[in-house]
Amino acid sequence: MPVSAFLVLAGVLFAIGAVGVLISRNIIVLFMCVELMLNSANLALIAFSRALHVVDGHAFVFLVLTVAAAEVAVGLAMVITIFRNRETINIDRISILKW
Amino acid sequence: MTEYLAVLIFIFAGVGIVLVTFLISRLLRPDHDYPEKSLNYECAEEPVGTSWVRFNNRFYIFALIFVVFDVEAVFLFPWAVAFGQLGLYALVEMVLFIAILMFGLFYAWKKGVLKWA
Amino acid sequence: MIDEAVASIDLNLIAPELTLLITACVILLFSFARSMQRGASAVGFAGLVVALVLSANQWGHQASGFFGMVTCDNYGAMFKIIFCVASLLALLLAVRYFSQRGLNRPEFYALLLISTLGMMVMANTSDLVVMFLGLEIMSVPLYVMAGYVRRSLESNEAGIKYFLMGAFASGFLLMGIAFVFGASGTTDLRRLVTDFNFIVSNFDLFLSLGGALVLIGFAFKVAAVPFHAWVPDVYQGAPTPVTAFFSVGPKAAGFAVLFRIFTFGFGDLEVLTNLFWILAVLTMTVGNVLALRQDNIKRMLAYSSIAHAGYVLVALAVGTQGAVSAAIFYLVAYMMFNTGAFAVLTMLETRAGSKSNFSELAGLAKANPYLSAVLALFMFALSGFPPTVGFFGKFYLFASAVNNGFIWLAIIGVMNSFLSVYYYLRVVKVSYFDSPEGAWTPVPFSTAIIVVLFVTAIGTLGLGFFPGELLKLSQTSLIAFL
Repeated sequence: MPVSAFLVLAGVLFAIGAVGVLISRNIIVLFMCVELMLNSANLALIAFSRALHVVDGHAFVFLVLTVAAAEVAVGLAMVITIFRNRETINIDRISILKW
Repeated sequence: MTEYLAVLIFIFAGVGIVLVTFLISRLLRPDHDYPEKSLNYECAEEPVGTSWVRFNNRFYIFALIFVVFDVEAVFLFPWAVAFGQLGLYALVEMVLFIAILMFGLFYAWKKGVLKWA
Repeated sequence: MIDEAVASIDLNLIAPELTLLITACVILLFSFARSMQRGASAVGFAGLVVALVLSANQWGHQASGFFGMVTCDNYGAMFKIIFCVASLLALLLAVRYFSQRGLNRPEFYALLLISTLGMMVMANTSDLVVMFLGLEIMSVPLYVMAGYVRRSLESNEAGIKYFLMGAFASGFLLMGIAFVFGASGTTDLRRLVTDFNFIVSNFDLFLSLGGALVLIGFAFKVAAVPFHAWVPDVYQGAPTPVTAFFSVGPKAAGFAVLFRIFTFGFGDLEVLTNLFWILAVLTMTVGNVLALRQDNIKRMLAYSSIAHAGYVLVALAVGTQGAVSAAIFYLVAYMMFNTGAFAVLTMLETRAGSKSNFSELAGLAKANPYLSAVLALFMFALSGFPPTVGFFGKFYLFASAVNNGFIWLAIIGVMNSFLSVYYYLRVVKVSYFDSPEGAWTPVPFSTAIIVVLFVTAIGTLGLGFFPGELLKLSQTSLIAFL
């Protein structure tokens, strides 16, 4: 299969993730959308790595996985704190700081 | 093009088989509905409360610590495969890496998050 | 293979980073014993000072190690010094602020140090992958620091918003790096320059797309309009010492990387120049206009930090070494007077029930003439009056723009500075001429904050009288700039 197919898939996944972040109201869903964006970038990295016959991209993907895990750990901790204080994780309802 | 045709046939066959089995079971099965049937399945016990229960927060911490060592394995596998060529240098690096993670676990342990109380 | 690997290890290259890592671990050890907890800030302070000395020691050394992943140069050393000073000032502010609220836990200082470590990693490399890692090492502790006051709803909200925007931005950045890698087969900027010096002559779709996505990723971090929406909420909600750090440290780190990538790595691309032009104008104008109508000083300073990022973006549009050195000068200057302004706010917030609204300043000059005098000094510096360093910062930036034919950019910048005078001087006006609504609550004395005020005030005035030294320093930092 040509590398462009993987790139198109990565692009579509990335777009779904980005749009999801912008329109979703639930923080957990937002997290999942961000993860989708990161993983679409992983897919692009691996596709490029294969097309160029180098392994740098593969190594980079490991690092990204680690970073994503660290981010989600911190994010979920914050969601738990917010849920304890507010009993909601709807992004519209936790907004008290305004323009 | 022929490869895509094969994919198309697979899709139709897959969806078709599922639909046909559902249809056949629908035609064959007896239809007695009583309330116990729509209960949550809880190992054949009578379910306690609803299925929308709040899980204990502590699961989160355990999951977190699990993730740390889960991700560690991602690095350990390629390291183990290439270890023969890398030698002492890689061993020292991996020991340092694991030492930092262990420090994290040690911190969590001393802070008492591993106790279920 | 092994010899090559061992030869590329040079611990001197990462000595400041190692110091911070070890200090952070020691601080965490401190958290186990209750009696030791009070010593954490002192250990953090000592660690930062050592890291500062080690960073200064790297000045003048040009070396690359760890398979080319770490590159030491004057530019990196200069920024490391900036990060250390910003972190030291924030630490001093935090001690009083958090101990008064019963939150003076060792973990905060560990987070602060690890975040500083991440910034250093960002400035200390010419490899995009390591920059990404550094960015994340910097950001993840910052998310926690923004949401550090667990019981405060505002702090929670600041944390989660910063986290979501930060993670969103890293998605863009990562995709950008993937495309740069795909177009060139390397993530090292030096190899990008030597092997792929074709950008000017030859338009490459993947490389341009990658560059644009990387730019978006860092534009979020330095709060350039239109990627600024998170800034006011996060700055207002986060604890004040943390906000002081936010507006200086991560911003300087973001610019350190932006200059390295776009001024050095991507070179003179007309599309990019136009893009930065628009970005700079939008950022300073929107920041200044929205700052005009704020009633909360922290929020006003948040918008002002957006505007100041816009001034620094001018240097990115101009893209010469002179402009970059002016930008470094500006970042140092901004660190001085902006941290100073936040120090005054922190001091005022040691009073109970303070929300940092403008009205709380009324009567400050009568009750506390020294405090209001330094506040006025910082406000004059922020709006760019001579003889403060704020004037020279803007002067060098706009002069470099004019010298390179960006006359309109300079004119818009100067007009923006005039606009900003209104809201900065409003602070001075309220503190000097308005009378308080109720009785004036006295401001408790705090040695650590006084030290910060002293240092930043000396910096603001001293560098204003002798700007040449700092400018020379930031110019030498660009020798063999990678």
